[in-house]
Amino acid sequence: MDFSDSPDEAAFRAKAREWLEANATLRDGSEKAQDHFMARDADEVARARDWQARKADAGWAGLTWPSAFGGRDATPIEQVIWNQEEGRYAVPPNAFLIGIGLVGPTVMIHGTDDQKASVLPRALTGEDIWCQLFSEPAAGSDLAGIRTRARRDGDDWVISGQKVWTSGAHYSSHGILLARTDTQVPKHKGMTMFLVDMSDPAIETRSIRQISGSASFNEVFIDDLRVPDSARLGGESDGWKVALTTLMNERFSISVGRASGGARAEELIALAARVERNGRPAIEDGEVRAQLADFIARQRGLEFTSYRVMTSLSRGEAPGEEGSIGKLLLGKLRQEMGAFGMELAGSGAGISAATGDDVARWRNEYLTAPGNRIAGGSDEIQRTIIGERILGLPPEIRVDKDVAFSEL
Amino acid sequence: MNFGFSDEQDTIRETLARMLGDHATLEVAHDRLDSGEGFDTATWSALAKGGWLGLAMSEAEGGSGMGAVELAVLAEEIGRSLAAVPFLSVLGLAVPAIQSAGSEDQRKSLLPSLAEGRTIIATALAEDGGLAPHTVAAKVVQDRLSGQKSPVTFGAEATHALVAAKDEDGTPRLYLADLSASGVTKRALDPIDRTRPATEITFDNTPVELLPGSDPAAIQRLLNGAAVLAAFEQIGLAERVLALTTAYAGERRAFGRQIGSFQAVKHRLADMFAKIELARSNAFFGAWALASGDSRLSEAAAVARLTALDAVQFTTEESIQLHGGIGFTWAADPHLFLRRGWQLKAELGPADMWRERLLDNLADAQRAAS
Repeated sequence: MDFSDSPDEAAFRAKAREWLEANATLRDGSEKAQDHFMARDADEVARARDWQARKADAGWAGLTWPSAFGGRDATPIEQVIWNQEEGRYAVPPNAFLIGIGLVGPTVMIHGTDDQKASVLPRALTGEDIWCQLFSEPAAGSDLAGIRTRARRDGDDWVISGQKVWTSGAHYSSHGILLARTDTQVPKHKGMTMFLVDMSDPAIETRSIRQISGSASFNEVFIDDLRVPDSARLGGESDGWKVALTTLMNERFSISVGRASGGARAEELIALAARVERNGRPAIEDGEVRAQLADFIARQRGLEFTSYRVMTSLSRGEAPGEEGSIGKLLLGKLRQEMGAFGMELAGSGAGISAATGDDVARWRNEYLTAPGNRIAGGSDEIQRTIIGERILGLPPEIRVDKDVAFSEL
Repeated sequence: MNFGFSDEQDTIRETLARMLGDHATLEVAHDRLDSGEGFDTATWSALAKGGWLGLAMSEAEGGSGMGAVELAVLAEEIGRSLAAVPFLSVLGLAVPAIQSAGSEDQRKSLLPSLAEGRTIIATALAEDGGLAPHTVAAKVVQDRLSGQKSPVTFGAEATHALVAAKDEDGTPRLYLADLSASGVTKRALDPIDRTRPATEITFDNTPVELLPGSDPAAIQRLLNGAAVLAAFEQIGLAERVLALTTAYAGERRAFGRQIGSFQAVKHRLADMFAKIELARSNAFFGAWALASGDSRLSEAAAVARLTALDAVQFTTEESIQLHGGIGFTWAADPHLFLRRGWQLKAELGPADMWRERLLDNLADAQRAAS
């Protein structure tokens, strides 16, 4: 067991560092807070595009893509190393995760030559920004329940419906859209995937405000969107198969991605040292100490779990069982730490006295954390996946499996 | 990045699992519990014969020259098997104590016979249930020990004890006591896990030998190393109890289906799995820190201990729950694991002690950085 790079990994890291050193500035803590993946305003989008173009120019974009498609043929562990190194620098958010991490690989497998030519180069350079039009108001965890319809009309398809929770739709140029094309077969069998242009007037994007007050995702209304059959990705009625490719790549992108941030338990220790509880420093309170130690232990466990995932990648294996617990445990930990921070910071719990004070900081953490427990497979879905795929428990009884969608 | 077991270590695991599977079955564990006989000498002899007791000793010391990670593999398999053997006292504490703090003579005279299983050293650190070195009251004056140590696991079966006691200056040190020497009185205790018999030992002017390198910092390091190995033992135990509960949930039927198909059951099992994997990640870090002599061992040991304690308590309690009425019976397996889990907690100190060690350690690290 060791934490060090293999000689190949070290060589790759040195090369990455050399380029970053020459092209970016190290973080010094003074940077404005930003998301890893979501641009917050037009300025961030522009800066993200510029940074992506420079990376693409120098061969640092789409690292794990085959060189035939402009990538670097990099291994997953090299992607992790790049992410670690890039994370040390003050760079704009990676608004291209969906295009490069999800859509690109899906198009490589299921796309026509024309689609590969039109999608891949522009995704790589950041000229196009992609969003994922999968979830719907009535189809979240149960994605195969989507109702957005695509109907044949001559050589075209006409698509109508509503998507929701679409991150970055408001600044995306393109979307990968899952639609129902046949309602007379069971739900997994009647779907087809499309590549759509988000600037089409038949698509309307409205931002959704989250409980934290910020707005990073959207609802997307599609009203008689006409696309040519060449916009179909994969075979007619093969949409579920195509979607699984996308989702598999989503899991991969997340597993090699930068840790999703959030507060550190060490910050709570520092806070406990500054504030009082029951008339004495909070850090001397037994209950506070027990809670802090527990947070540290869980946080370390998650950190080392990500090292185990990297070990699998480094050995050229798919991330193993350990990868599935990180998502399940992180959201709850963040939520508990946020609540604890709010209570610690002020006897009024959630009542903040000034913008940016400790209460406001932990309140934001607390109000952001629930998203971790829902997005990308809710805690409940994660537990079912662990139960069925890892522990091999018998599946849920499915009442909708062999029934035509129209009969549900 | 290489944060897992190697192929060779996996091979060691398979060999061990086979060997333990032949000797330390759950039937044996039930028998030991019923009879109160405790120590499973057959498994201990088999471990000695297979060379496992000398795993982490150099060839010159009579061992096979492997390291802390291989020891962790052994710990995990012992935990999985529920073998009633003094692994933690002998391999987790006594051997590393003698290796790191013993004199040349002590190493030469004791390590080979420990590897052969002829010498068994029980660990007598705690007093009155407390384990922190500053709570030690036992005292050595002119190489004679007086004081009371409790609980001493396998104290009745051991030939020697590794005792924490104050020296004439009041500094806690480690001493070796021959338990057949004068002034040793043993009283059997009633542990929650009778397959790990515990004793209260009273020393009255008993002749002892100092481990010359055993200053308070060395004692802390030993406890940290033992906590890492105990975490692996706990993880092995928790994985076994998860496996047997998962199997039961796949067989037992209610309301016309296997109970494991109900989310209330399935999700509980998933939570058990998640807690075990979290503990395993911390334990890996601990094994790495132990093997590499990294300065973060103290932090690693504490987080491994804390998450392992949590994983064991949750998995064993929920195992009984998910087995339903049968899980509440003496004849069923789950309580064997619950009992062993509590025993492993008792032997190295409860969570609050390790939480304090963790926070103190972080504070020290912060001071050092600033």
